[in-house]
Amino acid sequence: MTEEKKSGLNTNSNPYIIIYSSILVIVVAFLLAFVSRSLKPVQDINVALDKKKQILASLNIRGLDDAASAEKYSQVVVADMIIDEHGDTLASGSKGGEKDAFVLNSASYKAGKLALFVCNVDGQTKYVVPVYGMGLWGAIWGYIAIDSDKSTVYGAYFNHDSETAGLGAEIKDSKAWQDQFIGKKIFSAGSDDVALKVLKKSDVKDPVTQCDGVTGATLTCNGVSAMLEEGLSKYKVFLLR
Amino acid sequence: MGKIFSKENKEVFVKPLSLDNPVLVQVLGICSALAVTSQLKPAIVMGLAVTVITGFSNVIISVIRKTIPTRIRIIVQLVVVAALVTVVSQVLKAFAYDVSVQLSVYVGLIITNCILMGRLEAFAMINKPLPSLIDGISNGLGYAAILVMVGFFREFFGRGTVLGIQVIPQSVYDAGYVNNGLMTMPAMALILVGCIIWIHRAYFYKED
Repeated sequence: MTEEKKSGLNTNSNPYIIIYSSILVIVVAFLLAFVSRSLKPVQDINVALDKKKQILASLNIRGLDDAASAEKYSQVVVADMIIDEHGDTLASGSKGGEKDAFVLNSASYKAGKLALFVCNVDGQTKYVVPVYGMGLWGAIWGYIAIDSDKSTVYGAYFNHDSETAGLGAEIKDSKAWQDQFIGKKIFSAGSDDVALKVLKKSDVKDPVTQCDGVTGATLTCNGVSAMLEEGLSKYKVFLLR
Repeated sequence: MGKIFSKENKEVFVKPLSLDNPVLVQVLGICSALAVTSQLKPAIVMGLAVTVITGFSNVIISVIRKTIPTRIRIIVQLVVVAALVTVVSQVLKAFAYDVSVQLSVYVGLIITNCILMGRLEAFAMINKPLPSLIDGISNGLGYAAILVMVGFFREFFGRGTVLGIQVIPQSVYDAGYVNNGLMTMPAMALILVGCIIWIHRAYFYKED
């Protein structure tokens, strides 16, 4: 620091350091608050759009660009209802729903407010339910689309926060893996327990309800199984009615 | 400011691109180079983000370098870098949401990228703003270049795509070609970076 002498102040005195750091921190805090506030609306739109894309992906509608996704979502979703564990309707939702079930998150899900997206794909009624759980490293979630018979899986989409790339992350990245859920039954015949789960290939005894796991991602897949069981059980009254 | 293209500035700009490359020679920023390069697009965005941040943080630190108390200079540098990184991460979330999801924590971790602190300590603290800006940008670009190289190879061999566009035709797959899954793992990035360093040294340091 050869230039120190040029400024008349002693830049190493304690008062100078305290004042300097305080001003610096305050300036930075205001800057960040400003940036955060001004970009929030754009970010919220992105988050909502991403959620719409995920819901559409569970209905096997993938690969649309931003504008097309938003439009498709408003066409496909007939109502974003909220129900409770007894199957009672708490909110009936609206066409192209973005107000009721759409804004729910995993916290409201734990509190017993269950999101239910009633969708219409090519004239057929489908139900999409969200599920939330824990993977190996962090949160995982998914959307399960169910046929109008309320027991056959029409499509599934899974996503994760921080699963291992190439292993656990395959639950999101591998379309082929998600596609094997198509046509599976949620309940096994004669039982009203959720039977849909993910198992090691050699353990798959009942291919009607069980899916092959991702090799090398057993713990993530166990998380998916637990998530499916816990999540879909909440909808049991609705699904079995 | 007629000196923008002076000999010294040109040298400051050119050196980090190859001879003094931050990744290859200074061996800084390896961690993120391994993490975000499984595809080309996040690698490019990460490279640009780091370039912007090194450029700006170098200028800011250089401008206030005479006022910074020596005893807390690292903290001051860190605050400036952290603020810039947060801004960049917010901007990415607003205007490149899918990329920011792909980069996930690594944007935030730019704060700990050694290139930033290294350049601030070694260059911006003792040089004028203009050379500091050049130094920051060129170090960022040197880093980005390596990321793009690694990202290209990993995406090409790991997924058969470049920037998400299929380049290896289906007929090759039909003939029995399989994507190399190892390429999508961070371990392969380390090996690729190693190979690039090897070629770079073999070419530039023959006399050693």
